[in-house]
Amino acid sequence: MNDDCAIDVRGMTKRFGGLTAVDRIDLQVRAGQICGFLGPNGSGKTTFIRMLCGLLRPDSGSGTCLGLDVVTQSAAIKRQVGYMTQRFSFYDDLSIAENLDFVARMYCMQNRRAAVDESIERLGLTGRRNQLAGELSGGWKQRLALAACMIHKPRLLLLDEPTAGVDPRARREFWEEIHRLAAEGLTFLIATHYMDEAERCHRLAFILSGILLVHGSPAEVIGRSGLTTWAVAGPDLAGLAGQLQGRPGIEQVVAFGTTLHVSGADAGALEQAIASFRAAPYEWHRTASGLEDVFIQLMETPNGGTPCS
Amino acid sequence: MNARYEFSFERFRAMVVKEFIQMRRDRVTLAIMIGIPLIQMIIFGFAINSDPKHLPAALLQADYGPQARSLVQAIQNSGYLNFVMKVHSEKQGRDVLARNRVQFVVTIPENFSRDFVRGDRPAILVEADATDPAATGNALGSLAGSINSALGHDLTGPLAFLARSESPVDLRIHPLYNPEAITQYNIVPGLMGVVLTMTMVMITGLAITRERERGTMENLLSMPTRPFEVLLGKIVPYILVGYVQIGLILVVSRLLFRVPMVGSLSLLLAVAIIFIVANLAMGITFSTVAQNQLQAVQMAFFFFLPSLLLSGFMFPFRGMPRWAQAIGELLPLTHFLRIVRGILLKGNGFEDVAVDLWPIVLFAALAVALGVKRYRRTLD
Repeated sequence: MNDDCAIDVRGMTKRFGGLTAVDRIDLQVRAGQICGFLGPNGSGKTTFIRMLCGLLRPDSGSGTCLGLDVVTQSAAIKRQVGYMTQRFSFYDDLSIAENLDFVARMYCMQNRRAAVDESIERLGLTGRRNQLAGELSGGWKQRLALAACMIHKPRLLLLDEPTAGVDPRARREFWEEIHRLAAEGLTFLIATHYMDEAERCHRLAFILSGILLVHGSPAEVIGRSGLTTWAVAGPDLAGLAGQLQGRPGIEQVVAFGTTLHVSGADAGALEQAIASFRAAPYEWHRTASGLEDVFIQLMETPNGGTPCS
Repeated sequence: MNARYEFSFERFRAMVVKEFIQMRRDRVTLAIMIGIPLIQMIIFGFAINSDPKHLPAALLQADYGPQARSLVQAIQNSGYLNFVMKVHSEKQGRDVLARNRVQFVVTIPENFSRDFVRGDRPAILVEADATDPAATGNALGSLAGSINSALGHDLTGPLAFLARSESPVDLRIHPLYNPEAITQYNIVPGLMGVVLTMTMVMITGLAITRERERGTMENLLSMPTRPFEVLLGKIVPYILVGYVQIGLILVVSRLLFRVPMVGSLSLLLAVAIIFIVANLAMGITFSTVAQNQLQAVQMAFFFFLPSLLLSGFMFPFRGMPRWAQAIGELLPLTHFLRIVRGILLKGNGFEDVAVDLWPIVLFAALAVALGVKRYRRTLD
């Protein structure tokens, strides 16, 4: 066991009836790191996060969160972990201040009022502290939720798709806040579907059908995928896409405005497949594979693909 | 052109099909849709009887002569009264009436047979618990007739001269606690229990399902809370609401309906808390079972219906068959009604109401235990 690890679990498994939602996941996240948690809908991200904070009992597996046993010490873990649910889960019919006050009381905080005031100030909501939470826009709700799950000064934050439905500017501010907090030593596990957010994480973990497929820094994840990508520009790209799709060696054909990205895991086979199209009026050039390309490639991985970490 | 849509059979059918699918998915609603008419029919068809017979009576008998024995037999044969016990003093008679063990006390005085034979028209005293006029009305009305016809048979030979007089005995009926037979005196205090049952079960029934439906439960569970803290925190505010309701009903009973308040109001307020908690805890238990708020409301209604019909609020408790009485005895409202009516109309003290208090205590304890047990700490 590593003392430096905020999350250090092995073999975490959760079954619902016949379905294995989370299948023997090992995950280590060092203190002060931001770990992006990627995977398609229904891949088990939420279930895994819920096991970490004691909302679900794992069927098997063991490990620690902040040095505390995830199975036997979940009550102690709850006190030091902030969990932000996917869906807004504070009280719509309570004001911002009342919601924060409720949470602060739940954690039996001393200097409760000061903590609430400070939190509202940090949110920049001092003028609207008496506004009902239900009246807030999506972006403000997310910020309130983040503030509420941090009011007890947790050391680990588990955020489940915290920026879903939030505009780009609010998202950018949100991520700046997260990086600032990580610099102060907080650890984050953030489930997300946004690739630009994934790129802002220190580490990424990708799960599919409950299995952890890849774990590493964004650069490592891209590098390890072995994906080669070509960009092509020219007339009637939709027609070209139709012709390219399904050729051996071509795994993805994705339209990006005025260019088409064509990728495949085998660089040689890919080059062969596009060879007959490499003439005017098309312009081809190699481009870096993006996380999204890697993400899509991983999603196509047949179930039980070799996990690497 | 903004043409109006014509009625489309296809769209209408889409709506009907969708409703049926949703109906089938919601098993609880479906069960209640079927269950409520069945229960209603059984209760109204079999359990309710507005002409209650075989009402329990106590006998205070100071004369055992032949005429006294025929009299007892005659009353018993009327079918309305059923002597279940003997008492040996007037005070004991009042006690069993106050504690609701019997509906009537019949007193046959000393020398009844002798006075009867002499033609002195001896008095028979029938005291009735008339808190519920509907329960005693018919029995008291039929009493004179059955006594006269039964004793008439004995009036032959040397006693034939008595047959001419109006009645050979002087039947004295004392309807106690509600001598003017004012129905409101019975209904209005009873409403206190009915209102509390309806609102308290419903309000906590929604308490946990609302958290679950709005997604706030997940948040609540992720915080370091204990089930008892959550449940107690949900119950206590509504105890206060319950007391506000009681206060309101008492004030209106007094000012608008002039309901007599013979007993101690502080005793009533003190025991009411147990009844309130019992109902709140029942609601919490429903709340842990129901999948959504609609189901919680339906369960509350499902509990309320038999409470209303089998508790003795709407129909005389003693008019119901044994099985219905047995179900009624399980319901806290049944006992609370006896307590409220006992305190307000009969002036009962703590010792008198204790018999009906412990079943409510038991019910509350069970409901709390079940609620705490069913409340899950995780989302599993």
